[in-house]
Amino acid sequence: MQKDSIQRTILVALGVCLVCSVLVSGAAVSLSSIQKENKRLDKVKNILIAGGLYDPAQDIQTVYDNKVVPLLVELDSGRIVGKDAYPEGMHAATYDLKKMASDPTMGRGIDPGEDIANIRKRPKYIFIYEVIENDKLEKIILPIYGYGLWSTLYGFVSLGNDFQTIQGITYYEHAETPGLGGEVDNPRWKGLWAGKKAFDGSGNVAISVIKGAVDPNHAQAKHQVDGLSGATITTRGVHNMLQYWLSDKGYGRLIETLKEGGTRG
Amino acid sequence: MAEVIEKEAPAPETPSSPPINFRELLLEPVFDNNPIGRQVLGVCSALAVTTSLNTSVVMSLAVIFVLAFSNFSISLIRNFIPSSIRIIVEMTIIASLVIIADQFIRAFAYDISKQLSIFVGLIITNCIIMGRAEAYALKNPPPHSLLDGVGNGLGYSTVLIAVGFFRELLGAGKLFGFEILPLVTEGGWYVPNGLMLLAPSAFFLIGFFIWIVRAWKPEQVEEG
Repeated sequence: MQKDSIQRTILVALGVCLVCSVLVSGAAVSLSSIQKENKRLDKVKNILIAGGLYDPAQDIQTVYDNKVVPLLVELDSGRIVGKDAYPEGMHAATYDLKKMASDPTMGRGIDPGEDIANIRKRPKYIFIYEVIENDKLEKIILPIYGYGLWSTLYGFVSLGNDFQTIQGITYYEHAETPGLGGEVDNPRWKGLWAGKKAFDGSGNVAISVIKGAVDPNHAQAKHQVDGLSGATITTRGVHNMLQYWLSDKGYGRLIETLKEGGTRG
Repeated sequence: MAEVIEKEAPAPETPSSPPINFRELLLEPVFDNNPIGRQVLGVCSALAVTTSLNTSVVMSLAVIFVLAFSNFSISLIRNFIPSSIRIIVEMTIIASLVIIADQFIRAFAYDISKQLSIFVGLIITNCIIMGRAEAYALKNPPPHSLLDGVGNGLGYSTVLIAVGFFRELLGAGKLFGFEILPLVTEGGWYVPNGLMLLAPSAFFLIGFFIWIVRAWKPEQVEEG
């Protein structure tokens, strides 16, 4: 057979594709369980970071098991779903936010006019986390997500037991520019959030990420967080997703439920 | 992208393949014919992933792996590849190797894989790999090509790690995430240079690198 004949061309193309596909799928399949476990642990770690519980010296899973309680919430009504009333197949450890949001029965679209976080879809049920220390509710950790510059940022924000003071914020998945928007992962920036007040006196969402540094003497300073330099659009995304998720469209009703003492079940 | 400067192509393969000169194959691309410094290839990724040493090192390892094995496998089948589908065969092999490298990084260096994000996948478009496949692996036997791949990977890594070193040190006062220069914001004395964390700084550093190497080895200076 000649080197450039049609048969030869097809043969080489098929051969190369076959070998490559076997190698690629082999690597993907054999490593997927490790990757899934990494992802799960990373999410648990971020729940702990948002709740201010993360300590590199301690085992992530143990801390989580001891102090964090997942609660299933029906987003539209803000109702807490009891363990016996979970929809089929629902489990905190395997809950996949993205899958739920795009599932035709478990998710729903968001009206474009309301969609300030630019996410289009959201799940009907979502797991939130309570931090319980000495049998007392210390914090709640709420999943949030929204669009930044390049990607949807997935993360958590935590509120103290006054349901007003932000305890921490963290992102576990995004693809923003490393060094610029990617600085949402910077611990120092995340540290700026602790102690900020999420709502104003009349209960409206007041937390805001501003351009530049916050003037500590400004009347609104307790509601404001410094923006990231060089990451205006990512910063705006963070701002918008907090506006959305903390409002009545997001967790507002749940927060009301919890304030009233929260009926479990 | 800059044109690929070919090495003095070894004589076409004779029945007894030419002897392997390890030193030349491995070390020449590091300073004498550096893929970034001399051939000006693969600069895009060098700008993107060098904000810290950790990411630079992992990216370097991934590129060495992909480059070595793409060179090796392309050289292995170089006498069978019909010229009409040459490029696409090379791309298929390179893309597969990149996916494998990416899967391994996700499994064993999860935190770093999150920082590298899309840039591992973009090794596919790194011109060094295509460039070496075309310029070297298609004409030389597998062992030579493998070493050429490792050599060029080392050349790329040298620049990446040097740039990563200065960017992390001057931009964040750290090396491998450990504090070296205590920052003002954390009670120290060093005011970090924010520019170092932005992509343009890598341009300046690579420029300095090229300047230093060419001052040291004037034969690399192109005629104006």
